[in-house]
Amino acid sequence: MSKVEFNKETGPREVFCGLTSIVWLHRRMPDAFFLVVGSRTCAHLIQSAAGVMIFAEPRFGTAILEEKDLAGLADAHEELDRVVNDLIARRPEIKTLFLVGSCPSEVIKLDLATVAEKLNKRFLGQVRFVNYSGSGIETTFTQGEDGALKALIPLMESSDEEKLLLVGTLANNVEDRFKKIFSNLGISNIESFPPRQSTELPKIGKNTKVLLTQPYLSDTVRDLKHRGCEIISAPFPLGIEGSTQWFLAAAKVFKIGELKVHEIISPLINRAKLALESHKEILKGKRLFLLPESQLEISLARFLHNECEMDLIEVGTPYLNKDLMKEEINLLPDNTKIVEGQHVEKQLDRVRESNPDLVVCGMGLANPLEAEGISTKWSIEMVFSPIHGIDQAADLAGLFSKPLKRNQILTSKTLLTH
Amino acid sequence: MELTLWTYEGPPHVGAMRIASSMKDIHYVLHAPQGDTYADLLFTMIERRGQRPPVTYTTFQARDLGGDTAELVKKNIKEAVERFKPKTLLVGESCTAELIQDQPGALAKGMGFDLPIVNLELPAYSKKENWGASETFYQLTRTLLKEKVSYSKKISPLRWKGFGRRPKVNILGPSLLGFRCRDDVIEIQRILSEQGIDTNVVAPLGASPDDIERLIDADINICLYPEIAEASCEWLKRNFGMEYTNTIPIGIKNTIEFINEVHKKLDFPLMNKKELENKSKLPWYSKSVDSNYLTGKRVFIFGDGTHAIAAAKIAKEELGFEVVGLGTYSREMARQVRATAKDLNLEALITNNYLEVEDAMKKAAPELVLGTQMERHSAKRLGIPCSVISTPMHVQDVPARYSPQMGWEGANVIFDDWVHPLMMGLEEHLIDMFKHDFEFVDGHQSHLGHTATNTKELLNSEEKKEKNNKEGIIWTESGRAELTKVPFFVRGKVKTNTEKYAILRGIPEISDETLYDAKAYFS
Repeated sequence: MSKVEFNKETGPREVFCGLTSIVWLHRRMPDAFFLVVGSRTCAHLIQSAAGVMIFAEPRFGTAILEEKDLAGLADAHEELDRVVNDLIARRPEIKTLFLVGSCPSEVIKLDLATVAEKLNKRFLGQVRFVNYSGSGIETTFTQGEDGALKALIPLMESSDEEKLLLVGTLANNVEDRFKKIFSNLGISNIESFPPRQSTELPKIGKNTKVLLTQPYLSDTVRDLKHRGCEIISAPFPLGIEGSTQWFLAAAKVFKIGELKVHEIISPLINRAKLALESHKEILKGKRLFLLPESQLEISLARFLHNECEMDLIEVGTPYLNKDLMKEEINLLPDNTKIVEGQHVEKQLDRVRESNPDLVVCGMGLANPLEAEGISTKWSIEMVFSPIHGIDQAADLAGLFSKPLKRNQILTSKTLLTH
Repeated sequence: MELTLWTYEGPPHVGAMRIASSMKDIHYVLHAPQGDTYADLLFTMIERRGQRPPVTYTTFQARDLGGDTAELVKKNIKEAVERFKPKTLLVGESCTAELIQDQPGALAKGMGFDLPIVNLELPAYSKKENWGASETFYQLTRTLLKEKVSYSKKISPLRWKGFGRRPKVNILGPSLLGFRCRDDVIEIQRILSEQGIDTNVVAPLGASPDDIERLIDADINICLYPEIAEASCEWLKRNFGMEYTNTIPIGIKNTIEFINEVHKKLDFPLMNKKELENKSKLPWYSKSVDSNYLTGKRVFIFGDGTHAIAAAKIAKEELGFEVVGLGTYSREMARQVRATAKDLNLEALITNNYLEVEDAMKKAAPELVLGTQMERHSAKRLGIPCSVISTPMHVQDVPARYSPQMGWEGANVIFDDWVHPLMMGLEEHLIDMFKHDFEFVDGHQSHLGHTATNTKELLNSEEKKEKNNKEGIIWTESGRAELTKVPFFVRGKVKTNTEKYAILRGIPEISDETLYDAKAYFS
């Protein structure tokens, strides 16, 4: 393991909670509905994070707790029953309904598991109910997906068939690319989790080799292990280096020689390097500060340093699973400063002191930092853009070079001397 | 429990944030879990604020709940006071903290700080954003002025005469995330100063706690947005005898009535009454023959109470429309909206459910919708022109240009904003009428969206074009499949670039790989 510097910090945070992940999960599974059991704050959070993406009736909503629901839990269960009945009558095409716990529902100990169990019996053969928590007292941003996937595992049938299982939401076109490359490598039995239809869950068992596409799936990984799956240890497929090692790790498990892998992906690597060049020109030698939010920070830091030659000032991460991140941390340069957790005020003090060229941060902080003359990239864009894989390496770099390029254009002297 | 797919208003603590963020030298410690920080982006993204909202979130986690969350609150309050040195501290809780009952306001008051502390109790499970903003502004005003109540004489609106100065008023209610507040304040101040009336304090927007303490230097209060300021105006009236205005100066008639009300309250003679009629272009634009086609246009109105009521009056009396639907999501304003609707022989729609609003809109079959950003979406689906008149705020509702709703310029803005979509609607009609003429060029698209083009048609037409490729380049199945995955708005460009690349390299067949080769080549 490279000698990185681990630090922990606690204090006020500036991050989204796990409910936010509903925004991409509901798009991944168009036959699923996400019903948050929470407050007006939860409803407002999701619609604000999603922007005005609601052009029709959305496939997510909030059962908003009211005074009378807090008075007696029995009544709350009954009320939730009523809301679910109404919802299913209104949206008969829904196949899976996720009951999503929130901060208030966790605090009043609303038992969503029992509610889901009862509803499963009633709607047997029509709708399946699963529950998980996306609450901000337990989860940060992308961790919501971890909870949702973990909740689906008990519904997955067992099979001893050998297969490669890609775990973590990917953009559909990226997923297709990965499947094509794997099949060129000779791995043809590939499935994805979450699937594109909530009812088409992959079967799993002792011959399932799990390859993670996202670094925030600790609980899902643990439960997949319990089901006998083999977890392939690899860095994450961001950038050329991460993706190459990711492919190699999978190939090794399927006993495919390294030569074969290189033969298939070399052309991809070559053109990706070519495409990366113009971004690298902008990013090279620039100093980067990553604030914690998406949990992709460590992989992004690795990519931006190793492939785009940026200097890392500080790599924030909301939480650190050293086991899952082992391969990534190994690839980081020596003396990288990783900070787990956050004290947003102290961290912003360090941002100002270190005078970075680019800060990766949440949307709440971006404009205030820009107003101080510091270029920013919002981390939420990372989870909405297709950034995985060798073919997307330049697009990923582009997300970071664009703000710098823009800054250059807008502050260019040609304007002044014109 | 209420099933909500989308909500017009946020929770009450977001209302408190609106007050805190609107003001100077104030800090708000909010007992809340980490996810609640999403609210910052409403200010930094929608309002494009260059400063963070002055809010510290205590960020309690599940593991803190067994232990001492009260200590966590105190630690955060101490740090916030030391770091931000506010002149007044607001302390409150969001929905989850309300359940664990740490009473952060009481804790803060016990910490021995030498500064006013406002303890905000905003019931998150029964109230909403505007109520929260109103309550916060009221509690803040009360906290900062209550000591002056006992030995203060009643403030007469006529006292300016005795002081030998011009009359002086406060403008109360404008706040961040309020509809066009920034520009309304400028317009109203301009109108008042033309009349010889000075502004004492504008609050909460841009005010400091010191300014709040100076509120009682004014002769009367202008209650510009009752949703936010009525409770405070009422308290100032009860305790200091300060009169406040009721007319909201949106539209020509209301603006004139507003000016009259101010003058009457101050017993200050109104000069050049006649001139008022010519201050805005709206009356003449509405009278000009060009506007004949506006007569009897069916209009559906939904928004916050203040803007919906004003819109109904303007629509009917100043533009000659027929109001066919009126409603609000502001329960606090339900009574007034119902009364206005009754005068129009309508039944008001009071709801927080946008689907109900869409249904009502469909039934009313309007030719123009005046609503919130959500009604804009609904109207778009129904192919009806729409203009946005009310919060909830969208980045488009914070235009770079001066764009008030109130006063003379506000009336000009309203004329343009409401009538232009109708003209576009007319244009739409013409496009439809002439589309079979041979002169008609394909590709005319209106602002009303792409109702005419479905994806299947688009793909079919693209397929045809692909076969007719003049360079004789063939798109293989994998290439074509990959192309369809490219978002439609850049698909054309990707297609051209890939073909250009294929020609350059002498590649006769375009596969998915060629597409990616080309992508890398041109990036």
